[in-house]
Amino acid sequence: MNLRELLTEHLPQMPEAISGIVMALLLALIPALLVVAAVVTPVGLLGVYAERRLSGKIQDRSGPNRVGISIGPIKHHLWGLGQSVADGLKLLGKEDFVPPGGEKVLFLIAPLIVFGGSLALFAVLPFGPNLVGADPNVGIFYVLSIGALEVIGVLMAGWASNNKWSLIGAMREVAQVGSYEIPMGIAALCPVLMTGSLRLSEIISRQAAEPVIWGVHIPIPGELFLGWNVFAAFPFNIITFVIFYICCLANLKRAPFDLPECESELVAGFLTEYSGMRWGLFFLGEYAAMFALSGIGATLFLGGWTGPVHYLAVHGFGAAPGGIGDIVGGAIEFTWKTSLLFILMIWVRWTLPRMRLDQVMRLCYKYLVPAAMVCMLATAAAALLG
Amino acid sequence: MVPERDVQSEELVVNMGPQHPATHGVLRVTCKTDGEVILDCEPMVGNLHRCKEKIAENVQYWQFMPYTDRLDYLASMNNEECYARAAEKLLGIKLPERMEYIRLIMTEAGRLSSHLMSVGTYGLDVGAITPFLYCFREREEANHLFEKISGGRMLYHFMRIGGCARDLDDAWIQRLLEFLDRVESKMDEYNTLLTWNKMFQERTMHVGVLTREAALAHGVTGPALRASGVDWDVRRDDPYGIYHKFKWSVPVADGKYGTVGDCWNRHWMRALEMKESISLVRQAIDKMPKAGPDDFQPVESPHKPYLAKGVPRTMRAPKGAEVYVRSENPRGELGFYLVSDGGTSPYRCKIRAPAFCNIAVLPHITRGYLISDLVAIIGSIDIVLGEVDR
Repeated sequence: MNLRELLTEHLPQMPEAISGIVMALLLALIPALLVVAAVVTPVGLLGVYAERRLSGKIQDRSGPNRVGISIGPIKHHLWGLGQSVADGLKLLGKEDFVPPGGEKVLFLIAPLIVFGGSLALFAVLPFGPNLVGADPNVGIFYVLSIGALEVIGVLMAGWASNNKWSLIGAMREVAQVGSYEIPMGIAALCPVLMTGSLRLSEIISRQAAEPVIWGVHIPIPGELFLGWNVFAAFPFNIITFVIFYICCLANLKRAPFDLPECESELVAGFLTEYSGMRWGLFFLGEYAAMFALSGIGATLFLGGWTGPVHYLAVHGFGAAPGGIGDIVGGAIEFTWKTSLLFILMIWVRWTLPRMRLDQVMRLCYKYLVPAAMVCMLATAAAALLG
Repeated sequence: MVPERDVQSEELVVNMGPQHPATHGVLRVTCKTDGEVILDCEPMVGNLHRCKEKIAENVQYWQFMPYTDRLDYLASMNNEECYARAAEKLLGIKLPERMEYIRLIMTEAGRLSSHLMSVGTYGLDVGAITPFLYCFREREEANHLFEKISGGRMLYHFMRIGGCARDLDDAWIQRLLEFLDRVESKMDEYNTLLTWNKMFQERTMHVGVLTREAALAHGVTGPALRASGVDWDVRRDDPYGIYHKFKWSVPVADGKYGTVGDCWNRHWMRALEMKESISLVRQAIDKMPKAGPDDFQPVESPHKPYLAKGVPRTMRAPKGAEVYVRSENPRGELGFYLVSDGGTSPYRCKIRAPAFCNIAVLPHITRGYLISDLVAIIGSIDIVLGEVDR
């Protein structure tokens, strides 16, 4: 069928087809917007609040503790929970500034790509049984590739800013994140090897099954810690988990890997020329991605939404599978693990000094990649044993 | 034969400063970089020039005292002390012993406060934000102390020619001792977070090595000089005040850790000097004598300064008299050169600022290192732009 035939035969039906596509897009947009409104924004705002509050505690100061609620007689400081909202509103009111001489289009869409990239991670994040946007058969592959989208946004931002510091920051980002995807991918392969599937739901359900460590069956429910992938091929996957976590820190540009935006060297790196809500989008995107990658780490290595709390909900309180108790138990389980990893990121940031670019690279290629390889081989051997 | 490098990357000239978070003020460094590697750099000073030396020629001797605060604004006490000593030498004023003790206590407490700031901001330069805030927490108490005695938090105007603003009372000394205990107990915390932290050492050890010869050739002084292995401290080698009465030592880098002259050693010297300052203040408080009956002029009201007997109201130095007085400031050797023409203000006042001489060495120790290292090196030299530009 050539183009002419295609057009003459199908042109009459085109409007319907287009309206169908538009309808489908709109239908897809509603849940996407719901996810943004109900999950990503609160997670981002809470993440910012947690960071500021915890850094305050770590540094022996108060942190934000004033902005609360004041509607008529209802007055409360809410422990400063309103601070992030107030800051967001302030950012919305700021001028949308594009530096003269910069690439305007690239400059404007770069934050959207970064934010969109971390948003898309939430699509496959399994918050609990049946509490998941999508469960594609390429699960982890999707996570790794969508996570890499951020690099493009940052490179665009750095290039379009017409600022040398921004450009240096963006180049650092490309070098750093591009390198750390290698050990991250290898580390993420270990749970895949144990499961034999890329699908996140299967990775979770394997961790809830009876634990088998080096071919030895351990007759306890897998949900009680030992089934988790972090204990598979003991002790190699503990190392794998640490490698994965370090790579997450590097990919998220979190200290001690915050070279692309380190304030003492590059002013603010690729963020230097950004202000207002476009800067805010980078910021929200960072915290959303932190939460998402913590969630992926919890899913791959710590059993995801299966674990002691979920076990208690099902076996202690007799929640029916797929019922509300099951879902709530799973969601609590997922949240505490993810929050733990999230808080650890904050703790690391406020404790350690920053590394230098060559040290970051050396750590990646000299230590993390070989170590991840060894762990992967050990995991493969363990998977062969059963 | 090794082929010529056929991939040529373009050299980039980046301007670090004058508005940059890591240049400690308004220093501007133009760096020629190849990627991240610094090929050459040049510190451009003068953005904070305020004609201090010219001002000195146009005000009376005692009126220049508050201006000295604004030289090295992190160690105002030390600047004041040096200027006061220079003017006293020019005018021929002798100090009572108690005043010497007050001077020593105040300058060493000032050094402690200044080094707290240096150590903290150095952590900030290499990306460790929390130690910086810990240091500021302690420095805040130092600020309170100085505020209580002098009325200013940073710019004290405490010293006077032939005296100081007021006598130290027991309650204040007690509070100072508590502050010293507190800082001493927190020193381990800073060292754990910075000095002995592996990542901090990776960033600072063997970086920006200033050799002994280069340090001497450039006139580098202070902790930066001692970190290069030169055992020189004005307090001991050109003694002034009453330093000879106490037991203390001058820390010098010995190459036990890192390379002699690297950033880590410059940081370490400051950390060690803090301990020496604490010990000096304690010893001075222990031995401080009561004021003799003929030592001081009666203080008529709280607004009047605490001056030695015989300090004239109108200060006039003999014509042609000239003095050069130097002291060991937290950043190095501060010197005042005063020439008199017989009037009430100096004919010429030249200030030898340690940070100005120390920053000159920057291009020689940054070539070949990375941009990140440049920040670490600037931080380790520890400049204060108020003093560089004067």
